[in-house]
Amino acid sequence: MSVSLKVNLLGKEMAGPVVGASGTFGFGEEYAGMVDLKKLGGISGKGITLIPKAGNQGERLLETPSGLINSIGLQNPGVQHFIDHELPVMETLGTTIWANLGGGCIEDYEKGAELLNPTSVDFVELNISCPNVKQGGIAYGIKADSAKEVVSRVRAVCKKPLIVKLSPQAEDICQMAAACVEAGADALSLVNTFQACAIDLEKRRPVFNNIFAGLSGPAIKPIALRMVYQVCGAVNVPVIGLGGILTGADALEFIMAGATAVQVGTANFMNPRACETITDEIAAWMEAHGVETLDEIRGCARV
Amino acid sequence: MPAIACDVKVLDHQRLTDTIRLMTVSWPQRDKAPKAGQFFMLRCWPADVAPVLSRPISVHSYDPELAVVEFLYEVRGKGTEKLAALVPGDTLSLVGPSGNGFNVAEAVGKRVALVGGGIGTAPLYQLAKELCEAGTKADYFCGFRDEPYGMDRFTKVCGKVQLATDSGRFGFHGFVTQLLKPEEYDLVLCCGPEPMMRAVAKLCDAAGTRCIVSLERKMACGIGACLGCTCHTETGGKCVCKEGPVFDSKEVFGA
Repeated sequence: MSVSLKVNLLGKEMAGPVVGASGTFGFGEEYAGMVDLKKLGGISGKGITLIPKAGNQGERLLETPSGLINSIGLQNPGVQHFIDHELPVMETLGTTIWANLGGGCIEDYEKGAELLNPTSVDFVELNISCPNVKQGGIAYGIKADSAKEVVSRVRAVCKKPLIVKLSPQAEDICQMAAACVEAGADALSLVNTFQACAIDLEKRRPVFNNIFAGLSGPAIKPIALRMVYQVCGAVNVPVIGLGGILTGADALEFIMAGATAVQVGTANFMNPRACETITDEIAAWMEAHGVETLDEIRGCARV
Repeated sequence: MPAIACDVKVLDHQRLTDTIRLMTVSWPQRDKAPKAGQFFMLRCWPADVAPVLSRPISVHSYDPELAVVEFLYEVRGKGTEKLAALVPGDTLSLVGPSGNGFNVAEAVGKRVALVGGGIGTAPLYQLAKELCEAGTKADYFCGFRDEPYGMDRFTKVCGKVQLATDSGRFGFHGFVTQLLKPEEYDLVLCCGPEPMMRAVAKLCDAAGTRCIVSLERKMACGIGACLGCTCHTETGGKCVCKEGPVFDSKEVFGA
């Protein structure tokens, strides 16, 4: 039996269902010596903004028993620098290129999207969900009306397939998803990190300068899966599921819940080959269960 | 040279003090020879077992003849406790070698002092060896809270060796900065607790001696992908795991 892991996402063929999640995979080059990137569905690069950002001061990382809290703060070299320097390297990696675009004001999002129009980027993943920067997009990720406005404005200028990355902080994840689709999103990815907090006992102060930071990792997987399940039932566009995926079995759960593809983030820190390992585990499961394509099982768990 | 990920065998594991361990692992990849000041991400527990992150540990020694790497490390928390439980024959997962490492070529032929504090002395041994092989014997100044460790090896590859301890039970009673006279050197290479490195950098600055420091940060990826270990400098954010951990002290501590 021959197993095919190929996924067609918005008319683009991806070699597999696993995409490296933004913020955990650099711009892909760092993993090139360790991972067969051609087996991946794609790489979502570090979030970029029109204006370069220095990121947050103070602590940026904290481990929890089964998660990771980060407060990076969208440190990035800016959209133009990405186009001139990081993108040419990404082009050589043999997988689809996702430009994760964050912003402060709507005009920044629009200008960023316009700059990306004539490039080799395959997908624009609109980040309206970074919890670590006040002007990083989360302002648009909570209320459906705000999301609708930014997505429709970007949609009007963006010529690339547009994927909107949702925050689990959304007031109502299904309403949020529907609003983004109505505003012109071609697909959705969810979830970004959960807003979290930690206190330093000795200092008697929050660990992070911003008080709150983003929780990722296996701790959030069941909640992320619930939201993906709900959103897959609420919209008719492809959904890319993410949140704490560590194994092929985790990824298959998201696909059975209806996800077209998945992203893998924090797991890359536990095993730099995680994206490839998870891809192989999915293939092994399919082989063992006589499943030839992911289409056969996508959404099969929905009741 | 990009990092690689591989599993290696633990060959030897010694307890030097209550909290200090010296672990020897196989490293047959001669084309990926780790340099002084570089490090690896170490892990010996499954992905779904805490702690979530692997642990960055510097290269204490690399021996291309024996094809081994040694890690001198301090048992400090959950990750290093798990590392400390490894016995010869066990498997250890490594990602690396990572980081820029020390610029040995720049130091060759100069009057060089190596200044280490506590477990920060770990990467200085490989550095002293590389310098010695290149014909430059550095002087070694080390400070410990109490009982010193790993010192005897330095005497073979260094010039003068001087010890200071906080307790006064061994060597000079005081700080290593009280022993160092930076005006006697062209270059000071330093690794230790950040307050110590800042004090060394200040002394060097006053003496007009170039000071190079190796920083420690919490790291998630260890290869420059996550930006969790960024150090803010006057020339912008620097990724300690990729652009460091070795920096000119002026760049990271200011003038």
